Amino acid sequence: MNLTLKVWRQKNATAPGRFEAYEAKDVLPEMSFLEMLDVVNEELMERDEEPIAFDSDCREGICGTCSLVINGIPHGGRKGATVCQLHLRHFKEGDTITIEPWRAKAFPVVRDLVVDRSAFDRIIQAGGFVSVSTGGVPDANAIPVPKADAELAMDAAQCIGCGACVAACKNASAMLFVAAKVSHLGLLPQGKVEKDRRVAKLVEAMDAEGFGNCTVTGSCEAVCPKEISLHFIARLNRDYAVAMLKGRAV
Amino acid sequence: MNIIANLFKSSLGKKYIMAVTGGALFLFVVGHLLGNLQFFLGPEVINRYGHFLQANQEILWPARLGLLVMAALHIWSAVKVSAENRAARPVPYADWHPTVASYASRTMLLSGVIIAAFVIYHVLHFTVQTKSINFTGQSFVALRDTEGRHDVYRMMVAGFQVPLVSGFYVLAMALLCLHLSHGIGAMFQSLGWKDEVYGPWIDRSAKMLAWLIFLGYVSIPIAVLLGYGKEAVK
Ligand code: FES
Repeated sequence: MNLTLKVWRQKNATAPGRFEAYEAKDVLPEMSFLEMLDVVNEELMERDEEPIAFDSDCREGICGTCSLVINGIPHGGRKGATVCQLHLRHFKEGDTITIEPWRAKAFPVVRDLVVDRSAFDRIIQAGGFVSVSTGGVPDANAIPVPKADAELAMDAAQCIGCGACVAACKNASAMLFVAAKVSHLGLLPQGKVEKDRRVAKLVEAMDAEGFGNCTVTGSCEAVCPKEISLHFIARLNRDYAVAMLKGRAV
Repeated sequence: MNIIANLFKSSLGKKYIMAVTGGALFLFVVGHLLGNLQFFLGPEVINRYGHFLQANQEILWPARLGLLVMAALHIWSAVKVSAENRAARPVPYADWHPTVASYASRTMLLSGVIIAAFVIYHVLHFTVQTKSINFTGQSFVALRDTEGRHDVYRMMVAGFQVPLVSGFYVLAMALLCLHLSHGIGAMFQSLGWKDEVYGPWIDRSAKMLAWLIFLGYVSIPIAVLLGYGKEAVK
């Protein structure tokens, strides 16, 4: 099949970017979207042109590295899938496809379709962890965990930190990401101890990075490749309010 | 954590302010509607109600000031949050797809601004009773019923008989309905009172309440335009 690509090209963070059109000729419907870009890049290199820079790693939907906005939807709009899990059979012969990077002040473009997501790393460093003192291994089952809490924590733990939530949000808000971390770590007994401090630190770091505010449009949940629910943001709001009302030095 | 600083500075704090003040304004909208609907019970009932409100200045003014503070904080947080949101995406998408983001959710600022403009007009129209903006050529202040009370009933009929005034009223109520259809649900979300169990139920009730409020409010100007109460202003 043949496709026309409108791809965002930008030399570096400061250079102005623009769209360039490329033809993807004789690609196969069973190819993944990223494989198609590889084919286009090989052709570009043969012609001695700069290949299109884009991020990817595992290519099986678990690492959260791939990050393309395809026709205005982060990861391309296949429910519960990253762009590396998107295949050309979801497109029609002759389609024109617009490919853009994640767009947010907190995610500056490094080159073409590659953005710098270290803002997420800094948020995690601020409190997205459980401080465990080492010692003897505790007995399995010595710490009872309600099944429902475990399930909820695991749902939140699905987050792969790809940043599609930010990319999809009209406000470039990172609240679904932060909310996922807060519930993932705060629901289980080991992480509960630091719950208040964690939520305060994470929100503070999130605000400092220049992400927008949640206005509950639900776009983040819709594009999340791990289908993290918007209800986690309600939990974040609740946990933060509780931490704030306790007013303890955190 | 410093509560006050966090409330006004943090992203979540501003959402709490937005939600709580929005909730208070929503309760006012419901109360005001129930008061207004007494119009259909006739001049005696609505005039007595109007007189009751006006006669208790000690309740009236604190309530008015409270509402003013709520509106001011609601607008302040909206302006602040919107500015931050705009700054968070300096380069827009060339081709953006709103996916599931509803029209209401994307236009809260616009609907809010128009509602605020309407509220200013509405207060001048029926509360301050500025003669020049009611387009009837008569002053509403002078309207008195047989018991010497302010004739709210006649004021409402005369006021809404002007199609332009009723039209603006219906438009503003439609936007209020749109604003609330997103706002009520978002209020629960921002305060963390939503989960898998109650979430869908809250969203459905929000839409239904928004519709009921719209229908309730517009029933009065529409009834008047259709001729209801016209004998009162003969
Ligand atoms: S490349 Fe790892 S999730 Fe797509």
